[in-house]
Amino acid sequence: MSGPQLDGYEAVIGLEIHVQLRTRTKMFCGCELSFGDEPNVHTCPVCLAHPGSLPVLNEQAVFYGIQIGLALGCEIAPRSIFHRKNYFYPDNPKAYQISQYDIPLARNGELAGVRIHRVHLEEDAAKLIHVGESGRIHGSATSLVDFNRAGTPLVEIVTEPDLRSPAQAREWLQLLRSTIKAIGASDVNMEEGSLRCDANVSIRPAGSEELGTKTELKNMNSFRFLERGIAAELERQAELARAGEPIEQETLHFDPRTGTLTSLRSKEEAHDYRYFPEPDLVPLAPSEELLERARASLPELPAQRFERYRDELGLPEQQARLLSFDGELGDYFEAALEADAEASPVGLANWITGDLVARLRELDDGDGEAHPAGSRVGPHAIAELVALVEAKRITSQAGREVLAKLVAEGGSPAEIVEREGLASISDSSELEALVAAAIEADPDAAEQVRQGNMKAIGPLVGYVMRETKGRADGGEVTRLIREQLGAS
Amino acid sequence: MSERDLISLSASEALRQIAAGELSSDELFDAYAELPDELNAYLWREEPGARPGGGERLRGLPIAVKDIFCTEGIDTTAGSRILEGYRPPYTATAVRRLAEAGARLLGKTNMDEFAMGSSNENSAFGPVLNPWDTSRVPGGSSGGSAAAVAAGLAPWALGTDTGGSIRQPAALCGIVGLKPTYGAVSRYGMIAFASSLDQAGPLTRTVTDAALLLQLLEGRDPFDSTSVGIEGGVVMPSREDLSGLRIGVPRELGPEAEGIEAGVREVFDRTIELIERLGAEVDECELPHSRHGVSAYYVLAPAEASANLARYDGVRYGRREDTGDGLIAMYERTRGRGFGPEVKRRIMLGTYALSSGYYEAYYGRAQRVRTKIAADFRAAFERFDFLVTPTAPTVAFELGAKTADPLAMYMNDYCTVPVSLAGIPAISIPAGLAEPDAGGPELPVGLQLIGPAFSESRLLDAAHALEGAIGFDARPAHFAGEVKA
Repeated sequence: MSGPQLDGYEAVIGLEIHVQLRTRTKMFCGCELSFGDEPNVHTCPVCLAHPGSLPVLNEQAVFYGIQIGLALGCEIAPRSIFHRKNYFYPDNPKAYQISQYDIPLARNGELAGVRIHRVHLEEDAAKLIHVGESGRIHGSATSLVDFNRAGTPLVEIVTEPDLRSPAQAREWLQLLRSTIKAIGASDVNMEEGSLRCDANVSIRPAGSEELGTKTELKNMNSFRFLERGIAAELERQAELARAGEPIEQETLHFDPRTGTLTSLRSKEEAHDYRYFPEPDLVPLAPSEELLERARASLPELPAQRFERYRDELGLPEQQARLLSFDGELGDYFEAALEADAEASPVGLANWITGDLVARLRELDDGDGEAHPAGSRVGPHAIAELVALVEAKRITSQAGREVLAKLVAEGGSPAEIVEREGLASISDSSELEALVAAAIEADPDAAEQVRQGNMKAIGPLVGYVMRETKGRADGGEVTRLIREQLGAS
Repeated sequence: MSERDLISLSASEALRQIAAGELSSDELFDAYAELPDELNAYLWREEPGARPGGGERLRGLPIAVKDIFCTEGIDTTAGSRILEGYRPPYTATAVRRLAEAGARLLGKTNMDEFAMGSSNENSAFGPVLNPWDTSRVPGGSSGGSAAAVAAGLAPWALGTDTGGSIRQPAALCGIVGLKPTYGAVSRYGMIAFASSLDQAGPLTRTVTDAALLLQLLEGRDPFDSTSVGIEGGVVMPSREDLSGLRIGVPRELGPEAEGIEAGVREVFDRTIELIERLGAEVDECELPHSRHGVSAYYVLAPAEASANLARYDGVRYGRREDTGDGLIAMYERTRGRGFGPEVKRRIMLGTYALSSGYYEAYYGRAQRVRTKIAADFRAAFERFDFLVTPTAPTVAFELGAKTADPLAMYMNDYCTVPVSLAGIPAISIPAGLAEPDAGGPELPVGLQLIGPAFSESRLLDAAHALEGAIGFDARPAHFAGEVKA
């Protein structure tokens, strides 16, 4: 996708991300988390907000929150507090959401050059099902409430407006997703809603340091929609700016089917949430021991992987980014590195990000198999294949044929080589005879090479390759041709 | 033993007799359950002959519980139409503890709607009448509990206190009422009015009964993060004198404070002399910020209430007024018809105080006043073991006397509210009888004894000594179903 046409304007984008935590129970009660169960079976007086019920903070949610804060390089508040955020809605049983306000769990972090404003804990709302054509609450005859989701632990992450393009926003969100996935704090699945992203979008004249009026884009439920939604909004804003019209502060809903933005509410209609400290909970003051345990529990995170791939494995920056920011791809790469010590990291990286991804993409029918981790090519197989190529047991071209077989059927590279007779011709007398035949078949080319015109060697090499069905090593063939023709 | 004698027993004495085999707990339960409730003290009562629970410690001793506590399967309304017919799916920790200790629930007592009131006239189910004079209020909001205990409709009762809701009705009905330290008793299952102030506590006929009940109630509850219990538990009181104790009389809340009736002042002064005769050293002290207590309280409590009461929206339980014209209309009609005028007044006050642009001026400022009031008390307790004040500025007033003037009504809490804001314990014991300023029958006057946080055992001990010396033994006109001419 090409970026939006902003001629003269710069995009300023900040993200607000909600992550459902993978705790066993809800944020403030003992009800189990569930997905897809019968409605309203995971409920109790607390998450139904019965009179007199009180919240009790989930320790595991706090631990995940601290892990995420640390992974994003934040300072963890020695003492944070909860607030009540008041609003009436049927999905909000207490009519207030317990959230954090002026003293969040963590703040002042940074991930891949994007500053993290804050990370805080809160609870999810219930799920509303509107019966009727509109699918929205207005215009529905009946709405049903499923409280299974009510009280699911959430972490909200707010970035500073440091992103400069829709594509960068998408790539960064993928990195954030991988980071949280590596910790194991969430399923971070956008389609299922365990990862949700709102974007604050504004534009300003390129080179300006001031912030323009921002609009908020709500709930774009896939990476693609996030990118498209932001792009559409940037274009809308640029158009207004070009026409000399003001940009209004408002909340917008992006419809991915039509690509249009509709206003949910204007600044005047903004809620007054009447935040005040939640008297039913005591301040959250994590002990040094807990912080240490959280620190020690963090695995190698994608951002750290990136640096290791670039600095220790010597991968080019773009390739290091590809392999590390996508956590599953990174894990696949790690498994391949461990599977066969004979395969070089650079070679593996090239084969995985190059031929394998390209071939999978050709075959992509949208069922997710385009990802190496979901393909028939296991990390062991790709490592074995790369080792075969690097040991010159097969040529690169034969390697690509093996890869095609692997993608289609899976299996072992060595067996495929054996079965298809793809092993390199290592017998030099056989090769020498073929080279002689090539020279005989194309005396013109041979003469030119003999005269020193190396460009003419192509048809001769091509002849040998055709005859060997690519099993000959191109370098070796070239060497033999020159030797036989006495060309230096 | 005659029925009247049976019902005159304190809870502890009844328990002793049951344990000694001199009294049957079934007989006692039925004696209470059979009495007619002419005071409208109960919103729900168990039938005579019912035998709910019972067991070891309390041996089936009956108890009345304020209708603010959730009781599984039993109507719980908090005195509000909006919860009419609501039967909770669970039982409050405090009630569960009593049941586990072998208490039997006699009934749920009437109260000001959502505990908002000082006269019980804010109950959606009609006011409770004062057993000393049925033309007068019993105080509030635990008015039903106080009247029931005073009138012999229950040996003891559970109430809640947010700004004086146990102490003030105890004073107006001539019984003992204790508000424990915030955090001593679990709030789980106690319908919230103002969460940072609400505490459950006993309304009893004797200080010993209050100690016994608190012993069973206090303790940390994993379902209430703000509960911590009382370290070392509650020691049963035994003190007979006050020697060695230093008692402070706060000038701002003392007999010279504004609005204290002459009769109340007289009883108070007499009690101070008695305290000195019992060996305590009495001196004046200052709580300079306490005069702002009522103002701060009527910002903070309504602010919390505005959020706590927002859940009554007709969606999940309780009253729903749905005429099919949309969600907002359903909300408005349900809440418009479900809540009474005082509740609405406080929701509006609280909502306003928390509104964007006003938060600092109201809520923020009130919080700072609260901090200063607590600091005043801490400073006073460096010099004194306890502080004493009148519990309420007046004796029981006539029904309707203050309903048109909310501010006058709020001033009932003048002496109790600063204690609530500081989160510390206080007990009200009957100190004598006095005529109202405007004339009328002699009515009970309460003395408030205030202690530092978690000083309940010592506080009860001192109250016990004073109780013995005062020897209050007057009975209300309405007692055990009989009316004294």
